[in-house]
Amino acid sequence: MSWLSILALAVQAALGFQGASYALAATGLNLKFGYTGLSNFGHVGFLLVGAYGMAIAADNGWSIWVGFALGIGAAVVLGLLLGVPTLRLRGDYLAIVTIAAAEILRLVANARPSEPVTGGSSGITGLSGKLGFFEPNFIPSGSFGIGDLSFNSRQLWSMLWTWGAVLVATLLVRALVRSPWGRVLRAIREDEDAAKALGKNVVVFKLQSFVLGGTIGALAGAFIALDSGAVSPTRWIAPLTFAIYTVVILGGAGTIWGPIVGAVAYWFVLDVVDGVLNNLWFDVSDTTAGAVRLALMGVGLMLLMIFRPQGILGSKKEMLAGAR
Amino acid sequence: MPASGALASVPAEVGVAKPDPVLVVNGVERRYGGLLAVDVDHLEVPRGVITALIGPNGAGKTTFFNLLCGFDRADAGRWTFEGEQADGVKPHLLARRGMVRTFQLTKTLARMTVLDNMLLAGRDQRGEGFFRALVPTWRADEAANRERALDLLGRFKLDRLADEYAAGLSGGQRKLLEMARALMADPTLVMLDEPMAGVNPALTQSLLGHVTALRDEGLSILFVEHDMDVIMTISDWVVCMAEGRVIAEGRPADIAGNPTVIEAYLGIDHGSSTTGEIR
Amino acid sequence: MNLPAVSRSLRVLLCLVALAVLWPAGAAHAQDAPAGDAGEPTEAEETAEACTFGKAQAIEANGGPLGPSIWGRLCQVIDGAPAFAEGVEVVVSQDGEEVATATTDEGGVFVATIPENGVYQVAIDPETLPDGFSLTDEDRATLERIRVNLGDQQAIFRFGEDTRGQRDASDYLTTMAKGLRLGLILAVAAVGLSLVFGVTGLTNFAHAELVTVGGIGAFVLNDAGVPFWLTVPLAVVLGGFTGVANDRLLWRPLRARRMALLSMMVVSIGLSTAARNLFQIGFGPEGRRYTASSGQFERAYGPFRLTPNDLLIMAICVVVLIAMTVLLRSTRLGTAIRAVADNPDLAASSGIAVNRIVTVVWGFSGALAALGGILYGLSVNVSFDMGFVLLLSMFAAVVLGGLGNAYGAILGAVVIGIVQETSGLFVDTAYKFVVALAVLIIVLLVRPQGILGQRERFG
Repeated sequence: MSWLSILALAVQAALGFQGASYALAATGLNLKFGYTGLSNFGHVGFLLVGAYGMAIAADNGWSIWVGFALGIGAAVVLGLLLGVPTLRLRGDYLAIVTIAAAEILRLVANARPSEPVTGGSSGITGLSGKLGFFEPNFIPSGSFGIGDLSFNSRQLWSMLWTWGAVLVATLLVRALVRSPWGRVLRAIREDEDAAKALGKNVVVFKLQSFVLGGTIGALAGAFIALDSGAVSPTRWIAPLTFAIYTVVILGGAGTIWGPIVGAVAYWFVLDVVDGVLNNLWFDVSDTTAGAVRLALMGVGLMLLMIFRPQGILGSKKEMLAGAR
Repeated sequence: MPASGALASVPAEVGVAKPDPVLVVNGVERRYGGLLAVDVDHLEVPRGVITALIGPNGAGKTTFFNLLCGFDRADAGRWTFEGEQADGVKPHLLARRGMVRTFQLTKTLARMTVLDNMLLAGRDQRGEGFFRALVPTWRADEAANRERALDLLGRFKLDRLADEYAAGLSGGQRKLLEMARALMADPTLVMLDEPMAGVNPALTQSLLGHVTALRDEGLSILFVEHDMDVIMTISDWVVCMAEGRVIAEGRPADIAGNPTVIEAYLGIDHGSSTTGEIR
Repeated sequence: MNLPAVSRSLRVLLCLVALAVLWPAGAAHAQDAPAGDAGEPTEAEETAEACTFGKAQAIEANGGPLGPSIWGRLCQVIDGAPAFAEGVEVVVSQDGEEVATATTDEGGVFVATIPENGVYQVAIDPETLPDGFSLTDEDRATLERIRVNLGDQQAIFRFGEDTRGQRDASDYLTTMAKGLRLGLILAVAAVGLSLVFGVTGLTNFAHAELVTVGGIGAFVLNDAGVPFWLTVPLAVVLGGFTGVANDRLLWRPLRARRMALLSMMVVSIGLSTAARNLFQIGFGPEGRRYTASSGQFERAYGPFRLTPNDLLIMAICVVVLIAMTVLLRSTRLGTAIRAVADNPDLAASSGIAVNRIVTVVWGFSGALAALGGILYGLSVNVSFDMGFVLLLSMFAAVVLGGLGNAYGAILGAVVIGIVQETSGLFVDTAYKFVVALAVLIIVLLVRPQGILGQRERFG
């Protein structure tokens, strides 16, 4: 593989569906973590309910809109169920309870007794066909692009919808965080007690942020289900949450466009590394290559947090202000 | 000053009744493990004056203070604010009813600008509702709040710093900002937790000036303080606590000569650094 | 951390633990376990296994690839031996329309070819079954939802009496004991997590990899020929050094930069991810076993059926936990650790070298985590992600007991271990872990500070 094609493939991942879906998931997490300071380490649980909402709709022959409604409804319920009891707890408790809740959801979806609904460990397949996601696709078939950097009609259709959703979600978050409501969120992130002392019902604001952020995450899950056409429980594990954290921090936590920039940069870097590894190491098995890639992601996250915690878009000045 | 004048006829006794008190406390207790940290039978905080809450380290002043404004939960007791029940009420609701506090270690919001710190405290901001935030009608509220905020900042000589991050302020400026922010919340009772702690003498004078000015505008003030000079200069009424109980009440002059108070202060070993403390 | 009430409940707990461990051991000595019952699978297990059927067997019976199909075998244990139902018609239908039929061969096997992936109903006629065959559940002659996702799928009809629901007291007690074993291992592994949280405030996700260091360290030495029981102290020392290195090389500099705790938590996630994947590269993705794990069979110790290793593991855990408790309660070092955990600034001003204490705590944390890893490896297996698998249980234990409270972590771990194992008796085993985590969430609702944690203090 030439260097040019490595770059082309990396750009393809960054601008394609992978970048878009991570940007959407990160937009939800950024509202919770970046703006409100909630350490939700179970974000993947929201993606899971979004994806399964879509899959269950397909399995029962309902429409794609029912799928979105199911996923979003489940995310709201999950957010309330999880948020009402835990948002009063300290941050570290929240982190552990949310990570546990996400794992519970995955294990329940995976378990044999859940098979009639979730398909158990093998999941649910063939859903984009049943839901007719690609039917209204007006983009002519064939591939578009230059050289190795090209997308086919289906990919472009997925990208159109997902990037569209990213844009809508980002503009919504932008309007909210620039409002007085968003100011209260930032105040809670800085010092919860100060916000309380000034008459703000902190738990309600945290709950709103938690539920909205989760709903955006569920939307990302729904699109992942639609694009891949299959949902299985193995995908929704804690390392996916950590990857989305990496995206948020890379782009700049608490910045409006950070999640988008972060997702694009994340996939670009990851795929370049992948390409280079594949070029240098012909004899490694797939699992080893995957492990090398994840190990590098871990090191990257550490270095980023230590040496450039404000990410790509964050302001150094604001970050220093936070360090005190 | 009519309010402090009304206190002239009040005898200096523990639990004494005052004309038109703003805060009335009955039988408040707070335990830590087996230790009774706060045990106050009856206390009335007078309206429209500066009341100081003093006592040696570990007397339970700050704990009592936190209980009153809902930041800690009492094990027993009732209290009313402006004649309405205030025990068991969430701190943010007390704040909305006009009982606004500051903190001993200033809690300015570091990664927000000075102006945003102020605007946060504004009371009538419809844009803090989740759905209303999406409709820009809140901009009118914002404009009004902004004007008031800049006014207050001007009064505390912070207006030039309005667009700086609060983290960039000096320790003294943060104290001023916190006081300005409390005023922005439109309180009837301002509760200051050691406002002069760790502040240089020049700034202490300026803070004192601000506090007396507030009283002259008709606000009630309750503050926790160590510094005896400060207490004698500005307070109209002094409440002294030791070992969780109120041991003396009275005008500053009554307290200065009160043998129980002197004993309480002398009975405790002070290695601490606060200047002007009775040693 | 040092309340009288805490130490009282801890003492009660430790007594219970000691009783639970010593009693069965004593019983075993007293009755001199009969030679015959070691290592033999029980009769129920043997017969249940006789009817187990897999895809490989299906392909063999079919004489070639199965293609898109629903397949299975009709088998019942009759008079202690498996019998197969021949000549039974199996009907596959979809949305009420018959799409395929198949007849079982002399081995009871059927392969019904289907048009495509989807959800099907699979039925047999109970009247056509040979003599002696009876369905476990009369209503399950038709399987309503067989989902085919990957080309083919097995349909399982159950015959004979349901033996799965029948348990005696010994099963319950054995499961309790296994829960206790898991709980004690978790306690040893998690107590360091709680200590580090206590003295630094860090929620250390990479604690999982300290556990793995122990497990893999011992395995590598064991594999190189060092006798297993000699590898234990060596790997524990290795874990201790790893903990100290963690603190010196990473966390101390970050503390010096006054990094926020939430950011440190994210750093620990990065470290955990990196280390775990490096372990995978070096150790390989498969689980492996120590030499000491082989030749271990369950024996009857009184009413408990455990392996000798189980007893040894529990004994080691109890001794170590008691030693840890004594160290925290009755030594100068322990007092210093508790002082730092209570209030680092106050501790520093009263002459305690806080940074040194923190490093020592990291050393203990690493060593105990490593020991936990070795013992877990001994009772299950050694793998690159063994710590990560345990991490959530460890967090659950620590939070359940009260974050930063070492005794709470021990109590929480035992509760989580026992709940996790015994819940398998009452709900589908797939939900074991779910029950443990649900218990965590419920306890936090009732008592947000954890079982032994103190109500948060203000001002």
